[in-house]
Amino acid sequence: MNAKERILGKLRASLAGTTPVADDYDIGLVTDPWRYAADERIARLRRMLEAVHGETLVTTVAQWPQRVLEALAARGIDELLVSPATVHGRRLAEHVRAQDAALRLKGYENPVEAWKDELFFHTPASLTGTLGGIAATGSLVLWPSPQEPRLMSLVPPLHIALLNASEVRDNLFELMHAQRWTDGLPTNALLVSGPSKTADIQQTLAYGAHGPKELLVLVIEDA
Amino acid sequence: MSHVADTPAQPIAFTRNAREALADAQLRRNFRGAMDALMDKRRNQFPDGDELERLRAFGNRVRARALSKLPDLLERLEANLVRNGVQVHWAETVEEANAIVHGIAERHAARKVIKGKSMVSEEMEMNHYLGARGVDCLESDMGEFIVQLRAEKPSHIIMPAIHLNAGQVAKLFHDKLAVEYTEDVDRLIQIGRETLRRNFFEADIGVSGVNFAIAETGTLLLVENEGNGRMSTTVPPVHIAVTGIEKVVENLRDVIPLLSLLTRSATGQPITTYVNMISGPRKADELDGPQEVHLVLLDNGRSQAFADGELRQTLNCIRCGACMNHCPVYTRIGGHAYGTVYPGPIGKIVTPHMLGLETTRDLPTASSMCGACGEVCPVKIPIPSLLRRLREEAVRAPAAEPHHVRGQGAKHSRKETLVWRAWRTLNTSPGLYRAAMYAGTRLRGLMPADIGPWTRYRSAPKPAARSLHELAREHLGEQ
Ligand code: SF4
Repeated sequence: MNAKERILGKLRASLAGTTPVADDYDIGLVTDPWRYAADERIARLRRMLEAVHGETLVTTVAQWPQRVLEALAARGIDELLVSPATVHGRRLAEHVRAQDAALRLKGYENPVEAWKDELFFHTPASLTGTLGGIAATGSLVLWPSPQEPRLMSLVPPLHIALLNASEVRDNLFELMHAQRWTDGLPTNALLVSGPSKTADIQQTLAYGAHGPKELLVLVIEDA
Repeated sequence: MSHVADTPAQPIAFTRNAREALADAQLRRNFRGAMDALMDKRRNQFPDGDELERLRAFGNRVRARALSKLPDLLERLEANLVRNGVQVHWAETVEEANAIVHGIAERHAARKVIKGKSMVSEEMEMNHYLGARGVDCLESDMGEFIVQLRAEKPSHIIMPAIHLNAGQVAKLFHDKLAVEYTEDVDRLIQIGRETLRRNFFEADIGVSGVNFAIAETGTLLLVENEGNGRMSTTVPPVHIAVTGIEKVVENLRDVIPLLSLLTRSATGQPITTYVNMISGPRKADELDGPQEVHLVLLDNGRSQAFADGELRQTLNCIRCGACMNHCPVYTRIGGHAYGTVYPGPIGKIVTPHMLGLETTRDLPTASSMCGACGEVCPVKIPIPSLLRRLREEAVRAPAAEPHHVRGQGAKHSRKETLVWRAWRTLNTSPGLYRAAMYAGTRLRGLMPADIGPWTRYRSAPKPAARSLHELAREHLGEQ
């Protein structure tokens, strides 16, 4: 017998003659306290994100690329990691060209092994899309993809995330249900609620522990 | 002053450890301050007492359901993980678990491991095991990094370095990392960040724990604030997750109430910065993430707790740490005095299953039975009842059947058994009782002034001149 058989054997013997506890999942309990009126939803999300040092900005489909340029310029950042293969990536590239802006855009085009040093030490900011948001906890939903890999939202000190207002749900239960998560999850699914932080030294909160020091969420009102 | 321990404290020396800790004023100040803050933060997260109570009951049922199907769920978890490309390993003991991890390291000729926070890896003493075999383990959680630099163990399961203040960390960084002395916490964290950054991509293997393993989807869910967990599970080419067999939940939606209970109870956060759900290794078209993901499922005494319906509730635990934050004993002696990986109330009920009662016999009695732990536990583990139960197991005759806990009878004493037997006879035979009371009250002058530990901090009790029964009888007689 191997370890698995021995462990399972012991567990099964201990359960002999018992019946499994029924699944009386209480949907109301994880949804009712976390419901918001349509005009409250975005406000709640922003409040929750800002309470943990996230920055939020409400903008529009037409305006967001300019907002990105402004945010980067205000921080003196002249390089941005953004996927050229996404709709928003192309949109931003067009805008940069049209404005003749002094912003270099680079894509995450090779496996991380091929450009670790550059990613870790010479990439000041990134921009990614999101799959949606959660008003209750002020969370962004990210499903990293070949276009927008996992480290894109983690390694650069500034992470800019685009969030369509129409994709913001009240709570996690609703979101998982609406997006049919149980049909299949990606390699990595993430909820991100603010920039990286720690209170490990004397309970004192400090931002920018290992991930981004800043998280800027552009809420696109008309999308 | 608290000192850097050369040899970590042992649970068998609990009484001595506790006495030393109580004499350390700095340590007591650090813990008092931290626990007060954590209790406040938790309270603020649950403004609606009704919601809290209903959610705790719900959390309890979700965990109870998972445990009631544990073997089936473990098999389902494995099947789904394997389908997703994750390799699953089973270990009955920490030796087996370490050998599995080392085997993976050897196959990859790994020299360097970066670790996200994992209490199960502490349980395994993985750093020590791998270190002795030429594989360096570096902790990347800020708190764990600090205690590793001090060659200490975590003093709290959520906040490993909670026993230290900023000044102590400043001195540590100054001494060990050769940086300027600064008590500015932002600066200290930046020093940690810079020191650790390169290590994430130099490591051959990333090790993490697991908060919830979801059977339905074959997913490992990890919560954290720092991002080091995401780094450790994404950057190195191999990710090894280690977890206890009890961490499985049935369905994806089951994590919703548990997640809410966990983060609100632990650190008073509505949610952690990151909730990281891992369902497989890097796919062919993906550009980052580990090429291999392994899950090591560890028993280490859990199946013993599982075997008994009452003790099984120990395995409901979601490791939030609220019981320690609210424990008057933990707050006064800190985490190290227990000499165990899991300190505080949860440590007292889970460690006897891992190590046996021989060395942990004093833990179940290190409680005032105030009940705070049971009241705050988000999954409603009746910790005080389990402490009482373990006290019983510790004094039952070693050979008495059935045998529930390894080390049963570690505190058993024939003398004590006889004393209690006499006590029972005395209290159940009225004639004998009356005679004893008569003797006790009339001979009260013979009461010694020194009756061992009782009189160390108190004066000896003196029986009254006449017993209550006598007085009552007299009083009724007069009417
Ligand atoms: S026993 Fe309860 S309160 Fe203590 S760590 Fe476990 S879940 Fe939290």
